[in-house]
Amino acid sequence: MNMSFIVATFFASAIAFSVSLLLGTLGELLTERAGHLNLGVEGMMLMGGSCGYVAAVRTHNLVLALLFAVLGAGFGALLYAVLTVTLRANQNVSGLALTTFGAGLANTLGSTVPNTNTPENIAAFFKFHPLELEHTVNGILSFFHQISRFMHIGNSSQAAFQPYHINNPVLAFINTAFLSQDIFVYLTILLAFLMTFYLFKTKKGLALRMVGENTAAADASGLPVTRIKYMYIIAGGMLCGLAGLYIPLVLQGTWHSDITAGKGWIVVALVIFVRWHPIKAIGGAFVFGALSIVGLSIQQFSQLSSMIFFNQYIMVMYPYILTIVVLVFTYGRKKAWRGPSAIGSAYFREER
Amino acid sequence: MFRIAKKDDLPKWKSMLIRIASVFVGLILSGLVIVPLGYNPVTTFSALFGGAFGSSSALITTIKIAIPLSITALGLAVAFRMKFWNIGGEGQILMGCVFATYISHQMPQSTNGVVLIVLMGVAGFFGGAVWALIPGVFRVYFRTNETLFTLMMNYIALFIVQYLHFVLWRNPASHGFPGIKAIPLQAHLPKIFGIHIGWIIALFLAALVFLLIRKTKLGYEIRVVGESEPTANYAGMNVKKVMLTGIMLSGGIVGLAGMIKLTGDVYTLSPDITGNAGFTAIVIAWLSNLSAPVIMFVSILIAALEQGSQIIQIKSGGSAAVTGIIQGLILMSALGAEFFLRYRVVRRKRYVQANHPVTGEISGTAEQPSSENMEQKDKQQIADDANHVSEGSEVVPEGDAK
Repeated sequence: MNMSFIVATFFASAIAFSVSLLLGTLGELLTERAGHLNLGVEGMMLMGGSCGYVAAVRTHNLVLALLFAVLGAGFGALLYAVLTVTLRANQNVSGLALTTFGAGLANTLGSTVPNTNTPENIAAFFKFHPLELEHTVNGILSFFHQISRFMHIGNSSQAAFQPYHINNPVLAFINTAFLSQDIFVYLTILLAFLMTFYLFKTKKGLALRMVGENTAAADASGLPVTRIKYMYIIAGGMLCGLAGLYIPLVLQGTWHSDITAGKGWIVVALVIFVRWHPIKAIGGAFVFGALSIVGLSIQQFSQLSSMIFFNQYIMVMYPYILTIVVLVFTYGRKKAWRGPSAIGSAYFREER
Repeated sequence: MFRIAKKDDLPKWKSMLIRIASVFVGLILSGLVIVPLGYNPVTTFSALFGGAFGSSSALITTIKIAIPLSITALGLAVAFRMKFWNIGGEGQILMGCVFATYISHQMPQSTNGVVLIVLMGVAGFFGGAVWALIPGVFRVYFRTNETLFTLMMNYIALFIVQYLHFVLWRNPASHGFPGIKAIPLQAHLPKIFGIHIGWIIALFLAALVFLLIRKTKLGYEIRVVGESEPTANYAGMNVKKVMLTGIMLSGGIVGLAGMIKLTGDVYTLSPDITGNAGFTAIVIAWLSNLSAPVIMFVSILIAALEQGSQIIQIKSGGSAAVTGIIQGLILMSALGAEFFLRYRVVRRKRYVQANHPVTGEISGTAEQPSSENMEQKDKQQIADDANHVSEGSEVVPEGDAK
């Protein structure tokens, strides 16, 4: 095996690993932009994952699976919203309660479908890689080949079809590393761009940011603060649910209890790491995903992995240390933006 | 239509009643949730109760679970008093265990048991305190968000323990299985009434924390800092010193909880030694309204849920995870109930909108109270005005604020 192939497959698996992180980060980002720190991401991911996966196993229908994942996690977010927006409960503790509840619900629900795998048709859908070069080019070429044979055009019409192979090493690397992903991956990245546009270029995005920055001012300017908060907290939870669904349905192909294995907490760190910016979340999620699995890949190189800084248990630590560094610098500089300022405090109109 | 207004402090029995009622609401809600999942609420709850308190051995296990939970919650409560959101209990427990284990490995085999236990206790306190002080220092000097910092510290501690477990401290005598050498036999906590003496330590710490918060100068300063940092500053308190001391105590007590679980229950440091106690204790501290005596009581209840879940799994073949649902819903309804302790919903009878004669601003939030509760309303208004200056539950004696 040559080096570039190893690196390319590592990139590919890092991207696949990062998708759920990215989706979750986008969800939590929306929530935090509305001024609410929801520590229940892990719980919502588990709720969405279990509801969606159970629906997939029972109905063999991808659309229903997605729908139930969104509904399950959205319900969790709704509970959180009722507690923190309407009842003004402490956000940290409410989030933790949601994680406890979500994990309990997910593991109970998941135990009703023991030892099952993702249904064939759904697994096949995610095995399809729309941008994979060889496959796509060959599809197009063979299509034209068929046509030209049918129409008797040109001299080569009787020749056998010559499938296309990538010879260029750079192209091969790009193909394996970045283009061999399922459609979910590309849609998620697209979503990050759309969300950036929404947040910074539209009126509704401005309203959302205003609620998160200065709730009282937003209220005074006539924005329906409570409705906006509910909307984005629930939308954020729904995205977390999709993130949770991707793990059992595609990454693992089966359900076991606590399947998210702390990804929800990584998401909370990631949102700070990318400083509440959706496009930066793409890179951030990739860095965190890559560092989470690089320790396993590096074991092939024994002289490297024997050094303490390249040990797999030490390497998984780096994203968290990096987050702390970002956190310190975010809050340390006098003029730096420290994230939506309404985060953590309940808004009470009559409090001055 | 409706307006929400601040409520005055309720009499103690009334707020207690609301809290207890909220636990029951949580139980009813969780009953409603588990029915569609195929669980009979009555049998589930009775199995839970029987599994936790039904026999003396069950009771002993429940108390064993409650000991580290209660000590962790006591520690966290100290930090929460200062509005320092220490959610790094997991990491502080782990680091307490790491330091205690290190001491037990370094001391000679012949060390006296009492000496060893005391040294390990000091080490455990130190480990937890260090792990809390790192975010604490950044919070105090750079105003770094401590919620997220302590959360990150949990992971770093967990990976350190994994590294020790799988690589650095891996016991060569364990035939290829990863694992850390157990602590020596003389370091095991002695037992009284069939339970290791951690329960006495827990009761002792509860009394200590109670007295610290209620009766000492430091405890008073901690409460004032928690109410309002500017106030503490005006009053001439050294806010930074108070906060750092409080954070150190908080982390130290949590670290001690880890050491007690290590020496009293499991005897071997492993990555899953915390059993989520760091997070569960946050729930306990909050449910108890940060009061030390109540923490002891609530810890037993939560421990009962955890212990009872094992019985559900054995008896009915169901999933032990079902207690997560119950625990989560009880906590949620307790959190929701807090709203009814702090606020009251006022009905607006008529909404008079009149322009202010001078500024032209709308000043028409004046409500017309309905006749039947007019008198009550007036009283409320006067009380509101009186309480205007010193909001919040904790009463700060004015004379001392110098």
